[in-house]
Amino acid sequence: MLGRLRQMLIKEFLHVIRDKRARFFLFAPPVIQTLVFGYAATLEIKHVPVAIVDYDNSQVSRDLVSRFQASRYFEVRRLADRREIPDLIDRDQVIMALQINSGFARDLRKGETAHLQVIVDASNSNTALVGLGYVNQVAQGFARQYRIEALNRQAPGVAASLPEIVVERRPWYNPDMTSQWFFVPGVIGNLVLVIVVTLTAFAVVREREIGTLEQIMVTPIRRTEFILGKTIPFFLIGLLDTALISLAGTLWFRVPLTGSLLVLTAGTVCFILCMLGVGLFISTVSATQQQAMVTSFFFIMPAVIFSGFGSPISSMPLLLQRLTYLNPLRYQEVVLRSVYLKGVGFDVLWPQMAAMALIAVVMLTVSVLRFRKSLE
Amino acid sequence: MSGSENAIELNGLTKSFPGVRAVDGLSFAVRRGEIFGLVGPDGAGKTTTMRMLAGVLAPDEGSATVAGFDLARDAERAKHRISYMPQRFGLYEELTVDENIRFYADLFGVPRREREERSAELLKAAGMAEFRSRLAGKLSGGMKQKLGLVCALIHTPEVMLLDEPTNGVDPVSRRDFWRILYTLLDQGVTILTTTAYLDEAERCHRVALLHEGRMLFCDTPANLKASLPGAVLSIVCADPRPVRDLLAGTEGISTVMIVGDGLHLVVRDPQRMIPELRSRIAAAGLSCDAIEQVAPSIEDLFVEAVQGDWGDNGHERDRGGER
Repeated sequence: MLGRLRQMLIKEFLHVIRDKRARFFLFAPPVIQTLVFGYAATLEIKHVPVAIVDYDNSQVSRDLVSRFQASRYFEVRRLADRREIPDLIDRDQVIMALQINSGFARDLRKGETAHLQVIVDASNSNTALVGLGYVNQVAQGFARQYRIEALNRQAPGVAASLPEIVVERRPWYNPDMTSQWFFVPGVIGNLVLVIVVTLTAFAVVREREIGTLEQIMVTPIRRTEFILGKTIPFFLIGLLDTALISLAGTLWFRVPLTGSLLVLTAGTVCFILCMLGVGLFISTVSATQQQAMVTSFFFIMPAVIFSGFGSPISSMPLLLQRLTYLNPLRYQEVVLRSVYLKGVGFDVLWPQMAAMALIAVVMLTVSVLRFRKSLE
Repeated sequence: MSGSENAIELNGLTKSFPGVRAVDGLSFAVRRGEIFGLVGPDGAGKTTTMRMLAGVLAPDEGSATVAGFDLARDAERAKHRISYMPQRFGLYEELTVDENIRFYADLFGVPRREREERSAELLKAAGMAEFRSRLAGKLSGGMKQKLGLVCALIHTPEVMLLDEPTNGVDPVSRRDFWRILYTLLDQGVTILTTTAYLDEAERCHRVALLHEGRMLFCDTPANLKASLPGAVLSIVCADPRPVRDLLAGTEGISTVMIVGDGLHLVVRDPQRMIPELRSRIAAAGLSCDAIEQVAPSIEDLFVEAVQGDWGDNGHERDRGGER
């Protein structure tokens, strides 16, 4: 038994070492994608290009404009004519345009409501929403300042006695709210998913295509030996890739690993077992490597989208939220981020691990049972 | 192996795939030390039969015994005694010749010393001794198939199942291949082979003709040839197609088949037919060289069995039982 299994493993590793494509696939994507996600995937919106047309041209309106100019959220571009706005937005030169009409300062002085028009390119609704939020923040800050000064002019000292609510921000686990801290641990789950699922599916389908699967089945090898021989290498590769990406995240992006390595490893083991099950399952329903690729794609895309990696699950429709309970990546993302940033342990994360373990058992059982049939 | 003199026995073996009965109640037996040929057109059920005997495909009905093991109960134990070699033996192209041999040897649990000795011997017989460290992917097609044979023989099987093993293999490699097979026969190995090359079928001790999952005939090549009703005439001509069209369906000719240098006809009365053929071909404005009676080949038998008059009462001649 051990001789046969050992030989399966040796063969599998020799394949990985000798095959250029396999070698590349194992180690290049994790590193490249970690860097890409670390730098590019960010929910923060900085340096919003904004055009401002000031038809009031008063002291007050100039103060307001300079507030926008001082903010690190905006790149201000002053326009003389509002007719330039549509063209600038069409060409993506700016995504917002503010228009201050004449009479702005006069209305404020009279104690009336002054209007600041904001045109926003909402074709990217997320950026639009965040940009509007920033504009609102700057405008309210300016209005508050204006009111205080107005009060002080009428009755010096009154403003100081006005009641106020100040929001004291205490961002736990990520004090600077660095989005890399959020994304890098999440990327570990995504990459391990892609690598383990596709490699496992391809490895088995490839043997089917070149005829070695049938050849192996006429030897006295047992089904379990074959499947172990096919999965153990990818299990180890999954662990290795996790270590590699974690290392890159910690050393390069300085994402702190607050929690215990043991908890992280336990979650990763459960997760990789799920992915091996999925990969084997795909191999039992695919006759060729092309079919395996398309089938993997149909699994990978929704698995990543409905995992909470990017957009939060809580903002999805209720039905989809329920479906995410079937998605192993959903649990692994929680484990990764919680262990990395919150430093929690088994006492908090056991439900996630139990869910992944359950999915792993079901997927592996179904795949192993299907495997026999798929030989015929 | 048990005391039985048969190395392989099939009893009513049947396998259906959606829409087709690939193997239909097949029964025959292969004696120990015999080389037995299965011949038939594509889709006759040869490969399906082989895969069932190799234990990778479960039959729907019927039973089979290989090397004394009933496949329904003991397929796993039988696998140690069987070697199965399909049309393309599954090799790992990124592993070397030695690594491929080692892989299959270990799957069969061959001890190291035995593996070394046997692979040296087999590689030498295959004329591949100097390619041990070459990647299998860099070998020629014939070499690959010979390496497959080496891998298939590394565990010293008692029964070999060969499925069109020399299909598309160059003549030199084919010769090496057959030399190895004859050596095995000398050692008492039983060989069941399917083949598309009818000259190879004539090298077998006995041959079974398979058509649409059923066996038409089973006998020695010599007996089969002797039992052909009528005789085979060879017409040598440069352009056989119009001649075939002219003669097809003629009274007294049961089959007309194009061969390398002309046509083969199966006729009832060759002596009367030769002058008649000459005049008919000349009358039609066509030409031919020699017309003469030749010894029937397996190919003639086969075409006659499938297309000609003989096949209609063929089951009376089915001597394939041997049970």
